[in-house]
Amino acid sequence: MDLAKKDERLITVLVADDTATDRIILETILRKQGHRVLSAEDGEQAVICFREHRPDIVLLDALMPRLDGFAAARQIKSLAGEELVPIIFLTSLTDTESLVKCLEAGGDDFLSKPYNPVILQAKVKSFFRMRSMQRTMLEQRDQIAQHNEHFLQEQTVAKQVFDNITSSGHVDTEHLRYYLSPLAVFNGDVMVASTTPAGNLMVLLGDFTGHGLPAAIGAMPLATTFYGMVDKGFAMSDILAEINGKLKSILPVGLFCCAAMVEMNFRKNTVRIWNGGLPAAYLYRRDGSVEQIKSTHLPLGVLTNKKFKADPALISMEQGERLYLWSDGIHEARDTEGEMFGEERLLAAFAQNTQAPVLFDELLERVKDFVGQGQRSDDLSLIELLMAPLSSAYVTPGTEQANSQSQLAEWSLSFEVKPSSFAIFDPLPLLLSVLLEVPGLRNHSGTLYTIISELYTNALEHGVLGLDSSIKDDPEGFDRYYQLRRERTKAITEGYVKIDLAHSTDMDGGSLAIVVADSGNGFDPAARPELTGNEYSGRGLKMIESLCDSLEVRGAGNVVAATYCWRNDD
Amino acid sequence: MTVTSTVTSDGSELTIVIKGRFDFSAHQDFRGSYETLPVRPDHFIIDMTDTAYLDSSALGMLLLLRDYAGGDASDIVIKNASTDVRRILSISNFEQLFTIQ
Repeated sequence: MDLAKKDERLITVLVADDTATDRIILETILRKQGHRVLSAEDGEQAVICFREHRPDIVLLDALMPRLDGFAAARQIKSLAGEELVPIIFLTSLTDTESLVKCLEAGGDDFLSKPYNPVILQAKVKSFFRMRSMQRTMLEQRDQIAQHNEHFLQEQTVAKQVFDNITSSGHVDTEHLRYYLSPLAVFNGDVMVASTTPAGNLMVLLGDFTGHGLPAAIGAMPLATTFYGMVDKGFAMSDILAEINGKLKSILPVGLFCCAAMVEMNFRKNTVRIWNGGLPAAYLYRRDGSVEQIKSTHLPLGVLTNKKFKADPALISMEQGERLYLWSDGIHEARDTEGEMFGEERLLAAFAQNTQAPVLFDELLERVKDFVGQGQRSDDLSLIELLMAPLSSAYVTPGTEQANSQSQLAEWSLSFEVKPSSFAIFDPLPLLLSVLLEVPGLRNHSGTLYTIISELYTNALEHGVLGLDSSIKDDPEGFDRYYQLRRERTKAITEGYVKIDLAHSTDMDGGSLAIVVADSGNGFDPAARPELTGNEYSGRGLKMIESLCDSLEVRGAGNVVAATYCWRNDD
Repeated sequence: MTVTSTVTSDGSELTIVIKGRFDFSAHQDFRGSYETLPVRPDHFIIDMTDTAYLDSSALGMLLLLRDYAGGDASDIVIKNASTDVRRILSISNFEQLFTIQ
């Protein structure tokens, strides 16, 4: 609508002709057709008039005094700059040479005398339309350029932020080589790598579905979770589960992350690997054979944590052997014909390799040669991991290492519940949240909960409250027991339950000592009745015995000590 | 912790769903879910999909239900228990008393 309106607005036409009669005839026709007319008697006036009034269309007589039409046309065109100002030469000249001269001076068309009003009208209208279109085009071009500049600026900033987050812990080690093409971030590829407190190298390569900012945004929580947990010494399965849960909760359905995670243990020469949706990783053996570690899991961010399986495969690797990870960028790199690089070419690269240390470069070279000028190859990601002994500078040996395994390696805690709290306070969640700060204990929360909760319940019910399990011998007694429990917890004014936790670590794991003491009279463990199987009570201690590494009843029977051991490999 | 139960229209099957921690605080709700029925159902299903944790008093409650349901002749299925819960059940050899699925 706007465009049509614009088209119909008054068109301003500049007429420059030194012959008064010709000029007046032309002016009259134009005015009759509804245009606004400016007039000039020679080229110089025409240029001045153009500068002042910026007419839409210029009609120029070729031969004029002072400044002829050709020179005037050149000046007007240069004044107009990018703007399209159509110049129509008024001429009775018909020889090709003169017409060429008009065109060279910047003329767009000719009008010959005597003037035909219909042809004149057609030319003015069509040139004005052309001028409007060109003006619109220029505006849009400027807008696009501005948007593009803005977009690139945003990408640069986003990339900086992204790089700062994802590369915060990038390790500089002979064990890891990687290539990530510069724009891979915006194709959804992300690599994070860090060293665990025990000196293992953890690497995760992810490939988010989709591309651009949404994919890059998903990489942020992945990277922060990864670095946070690796530094604290959490197990690979915990880290995977945590990242999976986080991505599942924040990403929209349909956006997820194909990923492979690897943990290299340089002391034991083993590698743990988990592959969820990435192309098979290649393990390049010393005898030249290739073992493929295929994806056996769903990508991260698809399943709820309940169904998610983080059970990495454990493979042994000899020194000098190499493991390769990649996103599908290599397999799907296309040549000029549109053919994909594919797995066969990849396997051929391994088969033809003679020196393992240069395979990494050979692979990249081959893909680049294959792609040639064909297509951009900006989503290539390639990682090489080498099994080799740790250099001494890399890991501090001995006890220092064991201590650095976690902020919470050696500690103890004493916690006492007083009478006024028995009825309203459950110490279990609080104690458990402390235990979960120890990375090695995280996998054992269920068991630990059971042990501490049974010990606490026994201490409270039988010790402090003096309730006898035998009350629970029949269904009614069961009710009576808990009725009594409620009444006595409310009424109690003295007594305590004290829980002591002490934790320590060694190279392979750690142990937690749990001591629960109460103010009661204790009991004689030897006098515990044998279970026949169908009693409603009496299972607590037996359960704890089978969950712990040791269980001991001390003192008068009002102190129970349990020890729970865990190993790094659990 | 919540205990909810549904019984089939012919009254022959009772499903008890336990959410959260299954410990002594559940015992009234748990007993209420079957003791208030006009007819004793033949089949019982305990759905532990969302049971976070089970303590020894809960084991006692399961045995109470078993006795109510006919002791050795009872038909009780415990289903969808998590690994932690399953472990506690198996430490006490409850597989021999209940059908654990």
